[in-house]
Amino acid sequence: MINFPDLVTIPLAAWIDAAMSWLLRNMDGFFEVIGFIILQVVLGFEGLFLFVPWFIWIPLIGLAGWKLVGRWRTGLMFMIMLFLIGAFGYWEMAMLTLSLVIASVFFSLLIGIPFGILMARNDRAESILKPILDGMQTMPSFVYLIPALMFFGMGKVPAMFATIIYAVPPVIRLTNVGIRTVDVEAVEASKAFGATSRQVLFDVQLPLAKPSIMVGINQTTMMALAMVVIGSMIGARGLGMEVLLAINRIEVGRGFEAGMTIVFLAIIIDRITYSFSERNKKDLR
Amino acid sequence: MTEVMEKDGLETARPDTEAVSQIVIENVWKVFGRDPKRVLGKNYRNLSKDEVQEKTGCIIGMRNINLEIKKGEFYILMGLSGSGKSTLIRNLIRLVNPTSGTIKVNGKNLTTMSHEQLLDFRRNNFGMVFQHYGLLPHLTVLDNAAYGLKVKGIPKGERYAKAMTTLETVGLKGWEDYYPGSLSGGMQQRVGLARALANDPEILLMDEPFSGLDPLIRRQMQDELVELQDKLQKTIVFVTHDLHEALKLGDRIAILRNGEVVQIGTPEEIVTQPADDYVQEFVRDASPAKVLTAGSIMEPAKELLYAWEGPKTALTLLNSKKRRAAFVVNKAHELLGVTGIKDLEKLLASEVKHRTIPASAIRKVTSVLPDTILEDLFPIVSQNQYPIPVVDEKNRLQGVVTTDQIFESISPPEEDEAAAEAETETETKAKAKAKSDEGGLV
Repeated sequence: MINFPDLVTIPLAAWIDAAMSWLLRNMDGFFEVIGFIILQVVLGFEGLFLFVPWFIWIPLIGLAGWKLVGRWRTGLMFMIMLFLIGAFGYWEMAMLTLSLVIASVFFSLLIGIPFGILMARNDRAESILKPILDGMQTMPSFVYLIPALMFFGMGKVPAMFATIIYAVPPVIRLTNVGIRTVDVEAVEASKAFGATSRQVLFDVQLPLAKPSIMVGINQTTMMALAMVVIGSMIGARGLGMEVLLAINRIEVGRGFEAGMTIVFLAIIIDRITYSFSERNKKDLR
Repeated sequence: MTEVMEKDGLETARPDTEAVSQIVIENVWKVFGRDPKRVLGKNYRNLSKDEVQEKTGCIIGMRNINLEIKKGEFYILMGLSGSGKSTLIRNLIRLVNPTSGTIKVNGKNLTTMSHEQLLDFRRNNFGMVFQHYGLLPHLTVLDNAAYGLKVKGIPKGERYAKAMTTLETVGLKGWEDYYPGSLSGGMQQRVGLARALANDPEILLMDEPFSGLDPLIRRQMQDELVELQDKLQKTIVFVTHDLHEALKLGDRIAILRNGEVVQIGTPEEIVTQPADDYVQEFVRDASPAKVLTAGSIMEPAKELLYAWEGPKTALTLLNSKKRRAAFVVNKAHELLGVTGIKDLEKLLASEVKHRTIPASAIRKVTSVLPDTILEDLFPIVSQNQYPIPVVDEKNRLQGVVTTDQIFESISPPEEDEAAAEAETETETKAKAKAKSDEGGLV
């Protein structure tokens, strides 16, 4: 066996570390501002979710299941799931996790949809962004925790930062695909009547791409939920933390309860966001 | 025999020949691919489409197109898929930008316009109808029809009022609150048409608008479009691959192949004088009955009676020519009707003396205009024993069409005969030319 020559080394790790420390030294104020904004948003959602009491949440979600997904049985199922979460004693934890997810999704869409639009309208942007998105999605999710930790320390903000980066690719991708697959003639028609590119975007491309964008939002949300759980490793309080503690203390039952709670949340969020995309598809047919 | 001469005469009589050119396309090329301009250089310019594609990887969409479309004209761009017809119509509003050449509309050069000017020009001059309708599925029929006006920035109330009027014009009253998805194809295309008309554009661009419809609906839509055009008198540029559609609708037809214009002409010219084998192949199935007009096959009336000459002269004339009846005209050469030997004899037998042939002795006949197509003559022939008189708008007799002439002109020539005919045709042309020269001398 011949070893790879020791002389040939590319010290990428060292470069990245250097870049990071440079950023930390010089961009301190910038990250503070970002962190502050993220924190305020997540605290806002937390306040809202914890302010509304459980006996309002449960029928509300039940109603959403019935009206949005379309069957009363789904609504009933949602209500039972929420009831079980409460019965496990994880109501507050679930609400904390949920607010982290929703806040992350909020930022992901804020970043992702404009990038998706840019990508759809500019071939060069697409050719640059596509490999980056591929990389972001194949990168192990733990890796994002490292820079997040370095920029923002421990707590909710770095967890959310990592979550946003992890969850943003699907919505970018599907916004792009959605706009690119809009009926060519509908776009041409709009242009033929002298529409400006802004009018084409808001009158035709975005409305017709909506089902696709909704699928993107659904996937982004699910990925955010998965990442928020991992984010508990760097100190975001929530269901993930419970699982982590259960593993450390080898408390199987506790871990199972927390795990089930995450699954219930995932199912409810998935069904509700998925129903949005289905509903739009029906409208457009 | 005098077919050629008469056709020329007819053409100059066409009202639109004096009309101004509204769209002028000069030397337009469209090359798709990398660095398309180099294809226009002298190295590649004259190579065939396939050769250019092999050597440069570029695809020629349009090659040196020159067209002139007149105001109020129904202009057809016809060709198979890949012939460049859709590219050409998109060029007219620069949905596709030409690689070189100029496109002028109402004297304004579109190719040098800035983006803002172009948008403005599109808003005010064009309406476009698409093959797959291009409707916005999330908007109601009314909002779709009003879309062009919305783009223009016209306030809601006004644009809805206008859109309602055009929806009514296309026969969609009562459907304005539906979504396009719940309408049939034909109705969706009506929405597309209403949307194009709502702006009241001078020019209507139609890209295979009826191709997606089933044959019955298609024919109905064609008929309605003809009717509409009679009323609106827009300039229409209409893309189709369907010859029958082209012949039925077009004032003039441009036939494209591989991005080049092969022939431009009236439906009749295309069918009767195809420029090459390609066009010949195209028009092989075309029924002459649908394109040939009464004016093109009519002959001068052999015997004419002049009302002012009196019944006696008329009778003598008929007897000497051994004819039983003839058409009667007055001094202005206006057709009065037909009268026969029996009518005249009865008239002469009566007490009253007539200096002219009185109306009572003249029977009314159905007459047609010179631009009536032969197909429309069939019902008249079947219930009429006389030749059909052809008159102009002022009822002046131009000529007559006999049943024999009709059948002769629509019966497909046999292969051998066709060749022979081609020969005689050149002879005829020569003769006709000689004749017209003579005419010039007199």
